[in-house]
Amino acid sequence: MAGGSLFFSLAVRNLQMHWLRSLLAAIGIIIGVMAISSMGILGNAFSLSITNSLSSVGDSIVVTPHVGYQGGMSSVSTSERLSDRQIELIRRAATNSKVFPIYAGGDRIKVQRDTLYASIYGIDPKDLPTLLEIQKGQYLRGASGVMIGAKLAKDNNLTIGSRILIGEIESGVRVVGILKERGMGFDINPDNAIVTSDLWYRDFYETRGHDQAIIKAADIKDIEQIKSSIEKQLNKRETEVDVYDTRMILNSITETFGQITLFTMAIGGISLIVAGVSIFNVMMMSVMERYKEIGILRSIGTKRAEVRSMFIYEALILGLSGSAVGGIFSFAAGYLVVAVLMKDVSYLYNPASLIQIPYGMAFGIVTSMLSGLYPAWKASSLNPIDALRHE
Amino acid sequence: MTLPIMTDTGPVMEFSGVSKIYPLASGNVTALLDISLQVLPGEFIAIMGPSGSGKSTLLNMMGCLDVPSKGEVYIRGRSIRSLSDDQQTTLRRDELGFIFQQFNLIPLLNALENVRYPLILKNGMTASRERCQEVLAAVGLVPTLWYHRPTQLSGGQQQRVAIARALVNDPAILLCDEPTGNLDTKTGQAIMALLEQLCHDEGKTIIMVTHDPRTAEYADRVIQIEDGRIREEV
Repeated sequence: MAGGSLFFSLAVRNLQMHWLRSLLAAIGIIIGVMAISSMGILGNAFSLSITNSLSSVGDSIVVTPHVGYQGGMSSVSTSERLSDRQIELIRRAATNSKVFPIYAGGDRIKVQRDTLYASIYGIDPKDLPTLLEIQKGQYLRGASGVMIGAKLAKDNNLTIGSRILIGEIESGVRVVGILKERGMGFDINPDNAIVTSDLWYRDFYETRGHDQAIIKAADIKDIEQIKSSIEKQLNKRETEVDVYDTRMILNSITETFGQITLFTMAIGGISLIVAGVSIFNVMMMSVMERYKEIGILRSIGTKRAEVRSMFIYEALILGLSGSAVGGIFSFAAGYLVVAVLMKDVSYLYNPASLIQIPYGMAFGIVTSMLSGLYPAWKASSLNPIDALRHE
Repeated sequence: MTLPIMTDTGPVMEFSGVSKIYPLASGNVTALLDISLQVLPGEFIAIMGPSGSGKSTLLNMMGCLDVPSKGEVYIRGRSIRSLSDDQQTTLRRDELGFIFQQFNLIPLLNALENVRYPLILKNGMTASRERCQEVLAAVGLVPTLWYHRPTQLSGGQQQRVAIARALVNDPAILLCDEPTGNLDTKTGQAIMALLEQLCHDEGKTIIMVTHDPRTAEYADRVIQIEDGRIREEV
């Protein structure tokens, strides 16, 4: 095609001539790009903040007794426990990785005069330093004393030496240590719990068998192998235990957040579609107003493809300029939403967040181009005689 | 795109049994019926006839903007029916120059750019400015007006720019549709004198549609059209 820059220059001049209309169309794209990018940034920041708080438990395998259904509509049995035989088989399957059998339950507790409900874990005191970090006081020694979660301590003004009454018989225990806040976990959630020794728990609740076993993989690469080995040992004939690794849960949460992000971006995308319709409208107006001019261009030797290119350039200029400005504004909008809703702008500077800006811009450009295609085709397919007659 | 090489001898344009029928819901409308004519190099032809006689349809076919329903139109030896849309466009760009009653300049471009436009289509952005200036000077547009937009020019000045645009690619044939129709008598005469000079001095073939007998006097040959047929050739 001869003189491509000629048609580019004609496109620029036409947009300049109708600057207000062009500006409004570009503003549509700016808003669309901003909406889609900032929504993407926000979704990604949420996703990042969740994965950050969960990542510390990414190396665990949790084994729980399989909750079987006893017939069609009957109630779910929750009385299963992991037997000593099962724990032994799990230990064998775990080879080098350490296995932590855990008692878990919940009970009414009394703190001073308040009665409340708390999770109670019974863990072998030897395992505690590996599983949980301490904030204050000391780890359990033997069967005496309990440790409590940071949140439970804070909410109830409990400190080292405080006394708690557990259960209906109100058995008194003394706090010897306060655990460091851990955030939500998929294995155990000690922040709002009381941690006792396994012996105390077994004696107090007269329980047989553990409620779960946590395996800390010596190497994260072993997770799959340990899982399949447990399945092979325990679930061969019938399903005795459920095995899941925390990374899997983490992945499904990340995936869910990805979908939420996509959804919010889709909402942002609606504004981009509106912008596309606006560009389509501007371009169609431009074609209709220039019917005669198109006829002149065609009659003096302008090919269809050249006429088409002129209108595509117009859409491209609107899309590029709108997307460029939109990209810059997206950064500001992203900063604002992350700062207001997340209170931590560091999530904005993450590459996965920043990439949302070029994504948004690319959507803006593609939308503009698509909106310009039909008007450009329409212009190029005009019959020159009809176009010349047009007043 | 290159077109086949053409001969300089023989008619520059030939109509052979050309009819143009527009099919409409209310019945077919015959715009041209069995037209046969030859246009020789360097001729100045006026086509006259009342409104709706078919003279515009005839000019559209001469300008490769329309194709016949029956018969053949040859422009410089090539049947326009056999050409693709792009080839017809290239033929218009390189071999034909259009001059319209409404001048039809591109409003976005100034006088010089309007003249340069077809040259850029042909040669790309390296198209010579000197050539445009030379043609603008030849049609009598003073240099102070070269950078004016069409809306800043008078009718006569615009028509001079349009003639310069039609001439810039050095076409063999100039097609004029009522070239003085929107001009006052004096300006019209000046434009006609310019066209006459282009025909006689430069050897351009000029085909002009007009319904003004005084304008037709400049032509060597006058073709009268009525009801889509050639009624008389003088």
